[in-house]
Amino acid sequence: MAAHFLVIENLGKTYPATGSATNPPVFENICFAIEKGEFVCIIGHSGCGKTTILNVIAGLEDATAGNVFMDGREVKGPSLDRGVVFQSHALMPWMSVFSNVAFAVRSKWPDWPKHQIESHCREYLEMVGLGHALQKKPAELSGGMKQRVGIARAYAIQPKMLLLDEPFGALDALTRGTIQDELLKIVQATRQTVFMITHDVDEAILLADKIVLMSNGPYARIAEIVEVTMPRTRTRAEIHHDPQYYRIRNHLVDFLVNRSQHFAGIPTANDWKPPLVRPGLTVSSPASM
Amino acid sequence: MMRSERAKAALISVLLFLVFVGVWHIATLPKESAMAATSGADAEYAALMGKGAEKSGGFPAPAQVGKAFVTYLSDPFYDRGPNDKGIAIQLGHSLARVGLGFLLAVLVALPAGFTIGMSPLLMRALDPFIQVLKPISPLAWMPLALYTLKDSSISGIFVIFVCSIWPMLINTAFGVASVRRDWLNVARTLEVKPLRKAFMVILPAAAPTILTGMRISMGIAWLVIVAAEMLVGGTGIGYFVWNEWNNLALPNVIFAITMIGIVGMALDGLFGRLQKLVTYRE
Repeated sequence: MAAHFLVIENLGKTYPATGSATNPPVFENICFAIEKGEFVCIIGHSGCGKTTILNVIAGLEDATAGNVFMDGREVKGPSLDRGVVFQSHALMPWMSVFSNVAFAVRSKWPDWPKHQIESHCREYLEMVGLGHALQKKPAELSGGMKQRVGIARAYAIQPKMLLLDEPFGALDALTRGTIQDELLKIVQATRQTVFMITHDVDEAILLADKIVLMSNGPYARIAEIVEVTMPRTRTRAEIHHDPQYYRIRNHLVDFLVNRSQHFAGIPTANDWKPPLVRPGLTVSSPASM
Repeated sequence: MMRSERAKAALISVLLFLVFVGVWHIATLPKESAMAATSGADAEYAALMGKGAEKSGGFPAPAQVGKAFVTYLSDPFYDRGPNDKGIAIQLGHSLARVGLGFLLAVLVALPAGFTIGMSPLLMRALDPFIQVLKPISPLAWMPLALYTLKDSSISGIFVIFVCSIWPMLINTAFGVASVRRDWLNVARTLEVKPLRKAFMVILPAAAPTILTGMRISMGIAWLVIVAAEMLVGGTGIGYFVWNEWNNLALPNVIFAITMIGIVGMALDGLFGRLQKLVTYRE
Protein backbone atom coordinates (compact mmCIF):
# COMPACT_ATOMS: atom_id res chain seq x y z
CA MET A 1 0.00 0.00 0.00
CA ALA A 2 2.64 2.47 1.03
CA ALA A 3 4.24 2.18 -2.38
CA HIS A 4 1.33 3.90 -4.14
CA PHE A 5 1.33 7.68 -4.39
CA LEU A 6 -2.42 8.18 -4.12
CA VAL A 7 -4.62 5.53 -2.54
CA ILE A 8 -8.39 5.58 -2.49
CA GLU A 9 -9.91 3.08 -0.11
CA ASN A 10 -13.54 1.98 -0.01
CA LEU A 11 -14.81 5.42 -0.88
CA GLY A 12 -18.59 5.81 -0.74
CA LYS A 13 -21.04 8.67 -0.95
CA THR A 14 -24.67 8.70 0.08
CA TYR A 15 -26.69 11.88 -0.08
CA PRO A 16 -29.12 12.39 2.81
CA ALA A 17 -32.67 11.56 1.77
CA THR A 18 -35.64 13.78 2.37
CA GLY A 19 -38.10 12.37 4.89
CA SER A 20 -37.84 8.83 6.18
CA ALA A 21 -36.73 7.15 2.96
CA THR A 22 -33.08 6.22 2.60
CA ASN A 23 -31.13 7.03 -0.51
CA PRO A 24 -28.98 4.35 -2.10
CA PRO A 25 -25.32 5.37 -2.26
CA VAL A 26 -24.24 7.12 -5.44
CA PHE A 27 -21.11 4.99 -5.34
CA GLU A 28 -19.53 2.68 -2.82
CA ASN A 29 -16.40 0.62 -2.27
CA ILE A 30 -14.39 2.65 -4.70
CA CYS A 31 -10.77 1.50 -4.51
CA PHE A 32 -7.94 2.45 -6.79
CA ALA A 33 -4.46 3.87 -6.73
CA ILE A 34 -2.41 6.29 -8.75
CA GLU A 35 1.37 6.13 -9.04
CA LYS A 36 3.64 9.11 -9.07
CA GLY A 37 3.92 10.56 -12.55
CA GLU A 38 0.88 8.69 -13.78
CA PHE A 39 -1.92 10.28 -15.80
CA VAL A 40 -5.26 8.74 -14.90
CA CYS A 41 -8.54 9.58 -16.59
CA ILE A 42 -11.93 8.62 -15.25
CA ILE A 43 -14.84 8.07 -17.61
CA GLY A 44 -18.46 7.41 -16.80
CA HIS A 45 -21.95 8.64 -17.47
CA SER A 46 -23.28 11.77 -15.79
CA GLY A 47 -24.39 11.23 -12.23
CA CYS A 48 -22.06 8.34 -11.44
CA GLY A 49 -20.15 10.50 -8.99
CA LYS A 50 -16.95 11.28 -10.88
CA THR A 51 -16.92 14.88 -9.78
CA THR A 52 -17.62 13.85 -6.20
CA ILE A 53 -14.62 11.52 -6.24
CA LEU A 54 -12.45 14.31 -7.61
CA ASN A 55 -13.76 16.74 -5.01
CA VAL A 56 -13.03 14.24 -2.24
CA ILE A 57 -9.47 13.87 -3.49
CA ALA A 58 -9.22 17.66 -3.67
CA GLY A 59 -10.55 17.86 -0.11
CA LEU A 60 -13.46 20.05 -1.11
CA GLU A 61 -16.10 17.49 -0.25
CA ASP A 62 -16.41 14.77 2.38
CA ALA A 63 -17.13 11.20 1.47
CA THR A 64 -19.64 9.21 3.49
CA ALA A 65 -17.26 6.28 3.76
CA GLY A 66 -13.67 5.45 3.00
CA ASN A 67 -10.38 7.31 2.94
CA VAL A 68 -7.99 8.96 0.58
CA PHE A 69 -4.24 8.92 1.20
CA MET A 70 -1.71 10.93 -0.71
CA ASP A 71 1.99 10.42 -0.21
CA GLY A 72 1.20 8.31 2.86
CA ARG A 73 -0.91 10.97 4.54
CA GLU A 74 -4.66 11.07 4.79
CA VAL A 75 -6.41 13.77 2.76
CA LYS A 76 -8.41 15.96 5.10
CA GLY A 77 -9.50 19.22 3.53
CA PRO A 78 -8.05 21.14 0.62
CA SER A 79 -4.33 21.65 0.29
CA LEU A 80 -1.81 23.46 -1.85
CA ASP A 81 -0.36 20.03 -2.62
CA ARG A 82 -3.23 19.39 -4.99
CA GLY A 83 -3.92 21.87 -7.77
CA VAL A 84 -7.44 21.87 -9.17
CA VAL A 85 -8.58 22.98 -12.60
CA PHE A 86 -12.30 23.59 -12.44
CA GLN A 87 -14.82 22.75 -15.12
CA SER A 88 -15.97 26.36 -15.28
CA HIS A 89 -12.37 27.70 -15.15
CA ALA A 90 -13.34 29.65 -11.96
CA LEU A 91 -11.14 32.63 -12.70
CA MET A 92 -11.80 35.73 -10.63
CA PRO A 93 -13.33 38.12 -13.18
CA TRP A 94 -12.17 41.26 -11.37
CA MET A 95 -8.51 40.22 -11.57
CA SER A 96 -6.32 40.27 -14.65
CA VAL A 97 -4.93 37.03 -16.03
CA PHE A 98 -1.64 37.78 -14.32
CA SER A 99 -3.27 38.59 -10.96
CA ASN A 100 -5.28 35.38 -11.06
CA VAL A 101 -2.09 33.35 -11.27
CA ALA A 102 -0.25 35.67 -8.87
CA PHE A 103 -3.03 35.19 -6.32
CA ALA A 104 -2.30 31.46 -6.33
CA VAL A 105 1.46 31.89 -6.30
CA ARG A 106 1.29 34.33 -3.40
CA SER A 107 -0.87 31.84 -1.50
CA LYS A 108 1.79 29.17 -1.86
CA TRP A 109 4.84 31.36 -1.25
CA PRO A 110 3.70 34.38 0.78
CA ASP A 111 7.29 35.44 1.49
CA TRP A 112 8.42 35.73 -2.09
CA PRO A 113 9.44 39.20 -3.23
CA LYS A 114 7.38 40.86 -5.93
CA HIS A 115 9.81 40.33 -8.79
CA GLN A 116 10.09 36.63 -8.04
CA ILE A 117 6.31 36.20 -8.08
CA GLU A 118 6.17 38.16 -11.30
CA SER A 119 8.74 36.10 -13.14
CA HIS A 120 7.23 32.87 -11.82
CA CYS A 121 3.74 33.79 -13.04
CA ARG A 122 5.10 34.95 -16.38
CA GLU A 123 6.90 31.66 -16.83
CA TYR A 124 3.76 29.58 -16.30
CA LEU A 125 1.55 31.82 -18.41
CA GLU A 126 4.09 31.64 -21.21
CA MET A 127 4.08 27.86 -20.84
CA VAL A 128 0.39 27.82 -21.80
CA GLY A 129 0.98 30.37 -24.55
CA LEU A 130 -0.55 33.38 -22.84
CA GLY A 131 2.55 35.53 -22.39
CA HIS A 132 0.90 38.25 -24.47
CA ALA A 133 -2.34 38.48 -22.47
CA LEU A 134 -1.05 39.08 -18.95
CA GLN A 135 -3.03 42.22 -18.29
CA LYS A 136 -6.28 41.11 -19.91
CA LYS A 137 -9.39 40.43 -17.85
CA PRO A 138 -10.88 36.94 -18.11
CA ALA A 139 -13.97 38.37 -19.81
CA GLU A 140 -11.77 39.47 -22.71
CA LEU A 141 -10.53 35.94 -23.33
CA SER A 142 -12.01 33.08 -25.31
CA GLY A 143 -13.14 29.93 -23.50
CA GLY A 144 -9.97 28.09 -24.45
CA MET A 145 -7.74 30.88 -23.20
CA LYS A 146 -9.61 31.05 -19.90
CA GLN A 147 -9.09 27.36 -19.36
CA ARG A 148 -5.39 27.81 -20.18
CA VAL A 149 -5.17 30.39 -17.41
CA GLY A 150 -6.87 27.88 -15.12
CA ILE A 151 -4.23 25.29 -16.01
CA ALA A 152 -1.42 27.81 -15.51
CA ARG A 153 -2.84 28.77 -12.13
CA ALA A 154 -3.01 25.15 -10.99
CA TYR A 155 0.46 24.37 -12.36
CA ALA A 156 2.10 27.50 -10.98
CA ILE A 157 1.78 26.36 -7.37
CA GLN A 158 3.78 23.25 -8.33
CA PRO A 159 1.37 20.81 -6.70
CA LYS A 160 2.24 17.20 -6.08
CA MET A 161 -0.85 16.30 -8.01
CA LEU A 162 -3.12 17.95 -10.53
CA LEU A 163 -6.88 17.39 -10.54
CA LEU A 164 -8.77 18.30 -13.68
CA ASP A 165 -12.56 18.34 -13.61
CA GLU A 166 -13.56 17.97 -17.25
CA PRO A 167 -11.53 21.02 -18.15
CA PHE A 168 -12.25 20.99 -21.88
CA GLY A 169 -15.92 20.03 -21.71
CA ALA A 170 -17.19 23.46 -22.70
CA LEU A 171 -14.75 24.01 -25.57
CA ASP A 172 -15.27 23.48 -29.27
CA ALA A 173 -13.50 20.54 -30.90
CA LEU A 174 -10.70 22.54 -32.55
CA THR A 175 -9.76 24.50 -29.44
CA ARG A 176 -9.99 21.35 -27.41
CA GLY A 177 -7.50 19.63 -29.72
CA THR A 178 -4.95 22.42 -29.39
CA ILE A 179 -5.18 22.56 -25.63
CA GLN A 180 -4.99 18.79 -25.37
CA ASP A 181 -1.75 18.94 -27.33
CA GLU A 182 -0.40 21.62 -25.02
CA LEU A 183 -1.41 19.74 -21.90
CA LEU A 184 0.13 16.56 -23.30
CA LYS A 185 3.39 18.39 -23.96
CA ILE A 186 3.48 19.96 -20.51
CA VAL A 187 2.61 16.74 -18.71
CA GLN A 188 5.18 14.75 -20.67
CA ALA A 189 7.83 17.34 -19.86
CA THR A 190 7.04 17.65 -16.16
CA ARG A 191 5.99 14.07 -15.35
CA GLN A 192 3.13 15.57 -13.36
CA THR A 193 0.75 13.21 -11.59
CA VAL A 194 -2.73 13.92 -12.95
CA PHE A 195 -6.25 12.76 -12.24
CA MET A 196 -8.73 13.95 -14.82
CA ILE A 197 -12.44 13.61 -15.48
CA THR A 198 -13.52 13.50 -19.08
CA HIS A 199 -16.44 12.50 -21.27
CA ASP A 200 -14.28 12.30 -24.33
CA VAL A 201 -12.96 8.83 -25.13
CA ASP A 202 -10.32 10.11 -27.57
CA GLU A 203 -9.10 12.64 -25.07
CA ALA A 204 -8.69 9.92 -22.47
CA ILE A 205 -6.72 7.65 -24.82
CA LEU A 206 -4.49 10.51 -25.93
CA LEU A 207 -3.62 11.71 -22.46
CA ALA A 208 -3.95 8.84 -20.02
CA ASP A 209 -1.80 5.98 -18.85
CA LYS A 210 -4.79 4.37 -17.24
CA ILE A 211 -8.48 4.93 -17.76
CA VAL A 212 -10.84 4.23 -14.90
CA LEU A 213 -14.28 3.20 -16.11
CA MET A 214 -17.19 3.86 -13.80
CA SER A 215 -20.52 2.11 -14.10
CA ASN A 216 -23.78 3.98 -13.77
CA GLY A 217 -25.22 4.88 -10.37
CA PRO A 218 -26.77 4.23 -7.96
CA TYR A 219 -24.19 1.86 -6.50
CA ALA A 220 -21.76 3.06 -9.13
CA ARG A 221 -18.45 1.24 -9.00
CA ILE A 222 -15.22 1.08 -10.89
CA ALA A 223 -16.13 -1.54 -13.45
CA GLU A 224 -12.63 -1.91 -14.83
CA ILE A 225 -9.38 -0.11 -15.30
CA VAL A 226 -8.07 0.09 -18.85
CA GLU A 227 -4.38 0.41 -19.43
CA VAL A 228 -3.45 2.48 -22.43
CA THR A 229 -0.82 0.24 -23.98
CA MET A 230 0.76 2.73 -26.29
CA PRO A 231 4.05 4.55 -25.91
CA ARG A 232 3.83 7.75 -23.92
CA THR A 233 5.35 9.71 -26.76
CA ARG A 234 2.07 9.61 -28.62
CA THR A 235 0.77 12.69 -30.41
CA ARG A 236 -2.67 13.65 -31.54
CA ALA A 237 -1.55 13.64 -35.16
CA GLU A 238 -0.26 10.06 -35.13
CA ILE A 239 -2.13 8.26 -32.42
CA HIS A 240 -4.91 7.00 -34.70
CA HIS A 241 -2.39 5.21 -36.91
CA ASP A 242 -1.54 2.87 -34.08
CA PRO A 243 -3.63 -0.32 -34.46
CA GLN A 244 -3.85 -0.49 -30.71
CA TYR A 245 -5.74 2.81 -30.69
CA TYR A 246 -8.92 1.40 -32.17
CA ARG A 247 -8.91 -1.67 -29.97
CA ILE A 248 -8.82 0.54 -26.91
CA ARG A 249 -11.31 2.97 -28.33
CA ASN A 250 -13.83 0.26 -29.25
CA HIS A 251 -13.44 -1.25 -25.83
CA LEU A 252 -14.20 2.06 -24.15
CA VAL A 253 -17.16 2.88 -26.38
CA ASP A 254 -18.56 -0.62 -25.86
CA PHE A 255 -18.34 -0.06 -22.15
CA LEU A 256 -20.07 3.31 -22.23
CA VAL A 257 -22.85 2.13 -24.55
CA ASN A 258 -23.52 -1.34 -23.16
CA ARG A 259 -21.69 -2.58 -20.13
CA SER A 260 -21.85 0.59 -18.02
CA GLN A 261 -25.45 -0.18 -17.05
CA HIS A 262 -24.82 -3.71 -15.79
CA PHE A 263 -23.96 -2.79 -12.25
CA ALA A 264 -26.50 0.02 -11.73
CA GLY A 265 -28.58 -0.54 -8.62
CA ILE A 266 -26.61 -3.60 -7.50
CA PRO A 267 -24.72 -3.09 -4.24
CA THR A 268 -20.99 -3.48 -4.62
CA ALA A 269 -19.28 -6.28 -2.76
CA ASN A 270 -16.82 -5.21 -0.10
CA ASP A 271 -13.93 -6.97 -1.72
CA TRP A 272 -14.72 -5.85 -5.26
CA LYS A 273 -11.55 -5.31 -7.21
CA PRO A 274 -11.91 -3.96 -10.73
CA PRO A 275 -10.08 -5.99 -13.37
CA LEU A 276 -7.14 -4.36 -15.12
CA VAL A 277 -7.79 -4.64 -18.84
CA ARG A 278 -5.41 -4.33 -21.77
CA PRO A 279 -7.72 -4.31 -24.80
CA GLY A 280 -6.26 -6.26 -27.68
CA LEU A 281 -3.57 -7.72 -25.45
CA THR A 282 -4.17 -9.73 -22.29
CA VAL A 283 -6.80 -9.53 -19.63
CA SER A 284 -5.48 -9.81 -16.12
CA SER A 285 -7.98 -9.86 -13.31
CA PRO A 286 -8.45 -8.66 -10.74
CA ALA A 287 -6.25 -5.60 -10.79
CA SER A 288 -3.07 -6.10 -8.88
CA MET A 289 -3.11 -2.53 -7.66
CA MET B 1 -25.12 58.17 -34.73
CA MET B 2 -24.80 57.97 -30.96
CA ARG B 3 -23.77 61.62 -30.80
CA SER B 4 -26.64 62.87 -32.90
CA GLU B 5 -29.01 60.79 -30.78
CA ARG B 6 -27.62 62.37 -27.68
CA ALA B 7 -27.82 65.86 -29.16
CA LYS B 8 -31.44 65.25 -30.12
CA ALA B 9 -32.27 64.12 -26.60
CA ALA B 10 -30.61 67.22 -25.15
CA LEU B 11 -32.51 69.43 -27.54
CA ILE B 12 -35.83 67.84 -26.57
CA SER B 13 -34.92 68.24 -22.89
CA VAL B 14 -34.30 71.95 -23.37
CA LEU B 15 -37.52 72.36 -25.35
CA LEU B 16 -39.53 70.56 -22.69
CA PHE B 17 -38.03 72.80 -20.05
CA LEU B 18 -38.88 75.92 -22.03
CA VAL B 19 -42.45 74.71 -22.60
CA PHE B 20 -42.77 73.98 -18.89
CA VAL B 21 -41.53 77.45 -17.92
CA GLY B 22 -43.76 79.03 -20.58
CA VAL B 23 -46.90 77.30 -19.37
CA TRP B 24 -45.95 78.16 -15.81
CA HIS B 25 -45.47 81.78 -16.79
CA ILE B 26 -48.84 82.00 -18.53
CA ALA B 27 -50.63 80.24 -15.69
CA THR B 28 -49.25 82.66 -13.12
CA LEU B 29 -49.94 85.88 -15.05
CA PRO B 30 -51.81 88.32 -12.78
CA LYS B 31 -55.56 87.98 -13.40
CA GLU B 32 -57.30 91.29 -14.32
CA SER B 33 -60.56 90.48 -12.60
CA ALA B 34 -58.87 89.32 -9.43
CA MET B 35 -56.76 92.44 -9.35
CA ALA B 36 -59.81 94.64 -9.77
CA ALA B 37 -61.66 92.87 -6.99
CA THR B 38 -58.78 93.40 -4.61
CA SER B 39 -59.94 96.83 -3.63
CA GLY B 40 -61.42 98.34 -0.57
CA ALA B 41 -61.05 96.30 2.54
CA ASP B 42 -58.61 93.85 0.99
CA ALA B 43 -56.24 96.59 -0.11
CA GLU B 44 -56.42 98.19 3.28
CA TYR B 45 -55.72 94.88 4.95
CA ALA B 46 -52.83 94.33 2.64
CA ALA B 47 -51.41 97.70 3.44
CA LEU B 48 -51.76 96.94 7.14
CA MET B 49 -49.80 93.71 6.67
CA GLY B 50 -46.92 95.54 5.06
CA LYS B 51 -45.68 93.97 1.83
CA GLY B 52 -48.73 91.74 1.75
CA ALA B 53 -49.81 92.92 -1.65
CA GLU B 54 -46.81 91.30 -3.28
CA LYS B 55 -47.49 87.92 -1.74
CA SER B 56 -51.20 87.69 -2.31
CA GLY B 57 -50.51 87.34 -6.01
CA GLY B 58 -50.80 83.55 -5.48
CA PHE B 59 -48.38 81.01 -6.90
CA PRO B 60 -45.02 82.62 -7.77
CA ALA B 61 -44.20 83.28 -11.38
CA PRO B 62 -41.01 81.89 -12.99
CA ALA B 63 -39.47 85.35 -12.94
CA GLN B 64 -39.82 85.57 -9.16
CA VAL B 65 -38.30 82.12 -8.74
CA GLY B 66 -35.54 83.09 -11.12
CA LYS B 67 -34.83 86.10 -8.97
CA ALA B 68 -34.56 83.84 -5.93
CA PHE B 69 -32.07 81.67 -7.81
CA VAL B 70 -29.94 84.68 -8.67
CA THR B 71 -30.08 86.12 -5.15
CA TYR B 72 -29.14 82.88 -3.40
CA LEU B 73 -26.62 81.54 -5.88
CA SER B 74 -24.77 84.87 -6.16
CA ASP B 75 -23.92 84.71 -2.47
CA PRO B 76 -24.15 81.12 -1.28
CA PHE B 77 -21.93 81.39 1.80
CA TYR B 78 -23.30 84.34 3.81
CA ASP B 79 -24.28 83.82 7.43
CA ARG B 80 -26.51 86.41 9.07
CA GLY B 81 -27.68 84.70 12.20
CA PRO B 82 -29.55 81.45 12.80
CA ASN B 83 -32.45 82.12 10.45
CA ASP B 84 -30.57 83.60 7.53
CA LYS B 85 -27.75 81.56 6.06
CA GLY B 86 -26.54 81.06 2.49
CA ILE B 87 -27.80 78.05 0.55
CA ALA B 88 -24.37 76.43 0.42
CA ILE B 89 -24.13 76.54 4.21
CA GLN B 90 -27.59 74.99 4.59
CA LEU B 91 -26.81 72.26 2.07
CA GLY B 92 -23.45 71.75 3.78
CA HIS B 93 -25.18 71.12 7.10
CA SER B 94 -27.52 68.61 5.49
CA LEU B 95 -24.72 66.88 3.63
CA ALA B 96 -22.62 66.68 6.78
CA ARG B 97 -25.49 65.00 8.64
CA VAL B 98 -26.17 62.61 5.80
CA GLY B 99 -22.47 61.89 5.41
CA LEU B 100 -21.94 61.19 9.08
CA GLY B 101 -25.06 59.06 9.50
CA PHE B 102 -24.28 57.20 6.30
CA LEU B 103 -20.68 56.58 7.33
CA LEU B 104 -21.78 55.19 10.69
CA ALA B 105 -24.25 52.96 8.86
CA VAL B 106 -21.47 51.72 6.57
CA LEU B 107 -19.28 50.94 9.57
CA VAL B 108 -22.04 48.85 11.10
CA ALA B 109 -23.76 47.40 8.02
CA LEU B 110 -20.71 46.13 6.14
CA PRO B 111 -19.18 43.98 8.91
CA ALA B 112 -22.62 42.90 10.10
CA GLY B 113 -23.74 42.09 6.59
CA PHE B 114 -20.53 40.16 6.01
CA THR B 115 -21.09 38.07 9.12
CA ILE B 116 -24.73 37.43 8.33
CA GLY B 117 -23.93 36.60 4.74
CA MET B 118 -21.31 34.04 5.76
CA SER B 119 -23.62 32.23 8.15
CA PRO B 120 -26.94 30.90 6.87
CA LEU B 121 -27.90 30.24 10.50
CA LEU B 122 -27.43 33.88 11.51
CA MET B 123 -29.17 35.01 8.35
CA ARG B 124 -32.23 32.98 9.27
CA ALA B 125 -32.12 34.00 12.93
CA LEU B 126 -31.88 37.72 12.22
CA ASP B 127 -34.26 37.78 9.29
CA PRO B 128 -37.45 38.46 11.34
CA PHE B 129 -35.80 41.41 13.09
CA ILE B 130 -34.60 42.90 9.83
CA GLN B 131 -38.00 42.38 8.22
CA VAL B 132 -39.75 44.19 11.09
CA LEU B 133 -37.25 47.02 11.45
CA LYS B 134 -36.82 47.70 7.76
CA PRO B 135 -40.29 49.09 6.95
CA ILE B 136 -40.35 51.48 9.93
CA SER B 137 -40.24 55.08 8.76
CA PRO B 138 -36.97 56.43 10.11
CA LEU B 139 -38.80 59.52 11.37
CA ALA B 140 -40.78 57.32 13.74
CA TRP B 141 -37.53 56.87 15.65
CA MET B 142 -37.25 60.61 16.20
CA PRO B 143 -39.03 60.82 19.59
CA LEU B 144 -36.95 57.96 20.98
CA ALA B 145 -33.79 59.50 19.55
CA LEU B 146 -34.58 62.93 20.98
CA TYR B 147 -35.37 61.43 24.37
CA THR B 148 -32.28 59.27 24.65
CA LEU B 149 -29.74 61.40 22.79
CA LYS B 150 -31.08 64.75 24.06
CA ASP B 151 -29.61 66.57 21.08
CA SER B 152 -31.54 67.47 17.96
CA SER B 153 -28.54 67.49 15.66
CA ILE B 154 -27.33 64.08 16.79
CA SER B 155 -30.89 62.79 16.54
CA GLY B 156 -30.91 63.86 12.89
CA ILE B 157 -27.73 61.90 12.30
CA PHE B 158 -29.23 58.92 14.09
CA VAL B 159 -32.28 58.99 11.85
CA ILE B 160 -30.03 58.96 8.78
CA PHE B 161 -28.09 56.09 10.30
CA VAL B 162 -31.26 54.09 10.89
CA CYS B 163 -32.67 54.64 7.43
CA SER B 164 -29.48 53.89 5.52
CA ILE B 165 -28.46 50.79 7.41
CA TRP B 166 -31.07 48.35 6.06
CA PRO B 167 -30.49 48.38 2.31
CA MET B 168 -26.74 48.16 2.93
CA LEU B 169 -27.06 45.37 5.45
CA ILE B 170 -29.41 43.32 3.31
CA ASN B 171 -27.44 43.81 0.11
CA THR B 172 -24.12 43.06 1.76
CA ALA B 173 -25.49 39.89 3.33
CA PHE B 174 -27.05 38.85 0.04
CA GLY B 175 -23.93 39.67 -1.96
CA VAL B 176 -21.67 37.78 0.41
CA ALA B 177 -24.02 34.80 0.59
CA SER B 178 -24.19 34.47 -3.18
CA VAL B 179 -20.49 34.58 -4.03
CA ARG B 180 -19.89 31.87 -6.61
CA ARG B 181 -19.06 28.51 -5.03
CA ASP B 182 -16.23 28.06 -7.56
CA TRP B 183 -14.34 31.14 -6.37
CA LEU B 184 -14.60 30.03 -2.77
CA ASN B 185 -13.38 26.58 -3.78
CA VAL B 186 -10.40 28.14 -5.53
CA ALA B 187 -9.59 30.01 -2.31
CA ARG B 188 -9.98 26.78 -0.33
CA THR B 189 -7.69 24.74 -2.55
CA LEU B 190 -5.12 27.53 -2.29
CA GLU B 191 -5.43 27.48 1.52
CA VAL B 192 -6.12 31.21 1.57
CA LYS B 193 -6.34 32.62 5.11
CA PRO B 194 -9.81 33.84 6.17
CA LEU B 195 -8.96 37.55 6.25
CA ARG B 196 -7.23 37.43 2.88
CA LYS B 197 -10.17 35.48 1.48
CA ALA B 198 -12.59 38.10 2.81
CA PHE B 199 -10.73 41.00 1.20
CA MET B 200 -9.38 39.39 -1.95
CA VAL B 201 -12.25 37.12 -2.95
CA ILE B 202 -15.52 37.76 -1.15
CA LEU B 203 -15.38 41.56 -1.01
CA PRO B 204 -14.61 42.11 -4.70
CA ALA B 205 -17.11 39.43 -5.69
CA ALA B 206 -19.87 41.02 -3.61
CA ALA B 207 -18.82 44.64 -4.27
CA PRO B 208 -21.33 45.38 -7.03
CA THR B 209 -24.22 44.18 -4.85
CA ILE B 210 -22.87 46.07 -1.84
CA LEU B 211 -22.52 49.26 -3.85
CA THR B 212 -26.09 48.89 -5.08
CA GLY B 213 -27.17 48.75 -1.45
CA MET B 214 -25.11 51.86 -0.67
CA ARG B 215 -26.65 53.72 -3.59
CA ILE B 216 -30.17 52.88 -2.44
CA SER B 217 -29.25 53.88 1.12
CA MET B 218 -27.84 57.20 0.01
CA GLY B 219 -31.01 57.91 -1.97
CA ILE B 220 -33.18 57.20 1.03
CA ALA B 221 -30.92 59.19 3.35
CA TRP B 222 -31.22 62.24 1.12
CA LEU B 223 -35.01 61.88 1.07
CA VAL B 224 -35.17 61.53 4.82
CA ILE B 225 -32.82 64.35 5.79
CA VAL B 226 -35.23 67.00 4.46
CA ALA B 227 -38.09 65.69 6.56
CA ALA B 228 -35.84 65.20 9.59
CA GLU B 229 -34.56 68.77 9.42
CA MET B 230 -38.05 70.13 9.07
CA LEU B 231 -38.85 68.35 12.29
CA VAL B 232 -35.67 69.14 14.20
CA GLY B 233 -35.00 72.63 12.90
CA GLY B 234 -31.93 74.76 13.35
CA THR B 235 -29.93 74.28 10.17
CA GLY B 236 -29.99 72.37 6.95
CA ILE B 237 -31.89 72.47 3.69
CA GLY B 238 -34.99 70.90 5.25
CA TYR B 239 -35.10 73.62 7.84
CA PHE B 240 -34.55 76.20 5.12
CA VAL B 241 -37.63 74.96 3.25
CA TRP B 242 -39.72 75.05 6.40
CA ASN B 243 -38.44 78.47 7.34
CA GLU B 244 -39.23 79.94 3.93
CA TRP B 245 -42.69 78.37 4.11
CA ASN B 246 -43.22 80.16 7.40
CA ASN B 247 -42.08 83.36 5.70
CA LEU B 248 -44.55 82.53 2.92
CA ALA B 249 -41.65 82.98 0.49
CA LEU B 250 -42.69 80.38 -2.06
CA PRO B 251 -40.05 81.36 -4.66
CA ASN B 252 -37.40 80.44 -2.10
CA VAL B 253 -39.15 77.15 -1.41
CA ILE B 254 -39.16 76.29 -5.11
CA PHE B 255 -35.51 77.25 -5.31
CA ALA B 256 -34.71 74.98 -2.34
CA ILE B 257 -36.67 72.09 -3.87
CA THR B 258 -34.65 72.41 -7.05
CA MET B 259 -31.40 72.42 -5.09
CA ILE B 260 -32.47 69.28 -3.20
CA GLY B 261 -33.09 67.59 -6.52
CA ILE B 262 -29.76 68.63 -7.99
CA VAL B 263 -27.73 67.56 -4.96
CA GLY B 264 -29.63 64.25 -4.86
CA MET B 265 -28.81 63.69 -8.49
CA ALA B 266 -25.13 64.45 -7.87
CA LEU B 267 -25.00 61.99 -4.95
CA ASP B 268 -26.64 59.28 -7.02
CA GLY B 269 -24.26 59.98 -9.88
CA LEU B 270 -21.31 59.66 -7.53
CA PHE B 271 -22.45 56.25 -6.35
CA GLY B 272 -23.28 55.24 -9.88
CA ARG B 273 -19.69 55.94 -10.80
CA LEU B 274 -18.36 53.99 -7.82
CA GLN B 275 -20.63 51.14 -8.82
CA LYS B 276 -19.22 51.11 -12.31
CA LEU B 277 -15.74 51.03 -10.84
CA VAL B 278 -16.29 47.77 -8.93
CA THR B 279 -18.53 46.02 -11.44
CA TYR B 280 -16.85 43.18 -13.29
CA ARG B 281 -17.82 41.40 -16.45
CA GLU B 282 -17.93 37.63 -16.31
